[in-house]
Amino acid sequence: MASALSDTELVGRCRSGDQQAWAELVERYSRYVYAISVTAFRLPQHDAEDVFQEVFARAYQHLARLRDDAALRPWLAQVTRRLCIDKLRASSREQPAADEDLVPADAEDTVSMLDEALAVREAMAGTPERCQEILDRFFARDESYRTIGEALDLPPGTIGSRISRCLKRMRELLEGRNEPGPASGSG
Amino acid sequence: MSNYDEERLARLIGALPPAPEAWVRAAQELPIARTQLDEIVARAEADVAFRERLIADLEEALELEGYERDPAVVEALRIRFKSK
Repeated sequence: MASALSDTELVGRCRSGDQQAWAELVERYSRYVYAISVTAFRLPQHDAEDVFQEVFARAYQHLARLRDDAALRPWLAQVTRRLCIDKLRASSREQPAADEDLVPADAEDTVSMLDEALAVREAMAGTPERCQEILDRFFARDESYRTIGEALDLPPGTIGSRISRCLKRMRELLEGRNEPGPASGSG
Repeated sequence: MSNYDEERLARLIGALPPAPEAWVRAAQELPIARTQLDEIVARAEADVAFRERLIADLEEALELEGYERDPAVVEALRIRFKSK
């Protein structure tokens, strides 16, 4: 599971050559960068892969020059947007079009939703590991109860109720009503 | 944050599926690739014979010298030395 390092701390460690910190930075933002390109800008996989690698290559090169370490997320989002637009332009060379015709009309709304999704994901780190695992497998990886049950050695018939409890726990966390208690997703 | 009903939470969690593992791994290995690239470039600048071998046949030269052929490194060297 991801560490509790802030972006500022993570960027600082990357800058000092800590390869583990770099790996964690990539892990922390990989889903976000991926979702911007495939969900917001609807790039095909091969273009999304180019954008993905280029975003992190630029991040690696620019870490030393990042003005505000805490602004890593908006910086990554902006670089990803620009590279996605470049890809869309390149793929429409035969039929030139204005950017507003190339970019999906709801791209910015989708990026805003992904910002929120990232915040929810960060909050998820405050739930028991078993909860994180179950919620991620079911909602983000689209795994069936059966697959989750096999992977986590749980009866498939209990997965639905565990998901419910974990979502409730998440909701409490996000709404600031969390009270200390036993791990609800692990029982 | 407020107003997170369970349906909305589920939708937001589902909005961030994992990126393909190979993509993530390649991005995580960037510093290693960068170190290898810097080492090969420095050596090629200091060793004319090695540089000529790289230009003549990049992949063969790397293999003969025992370098792991990371695709990103090979591509960067190919651009840098305009090799075959």
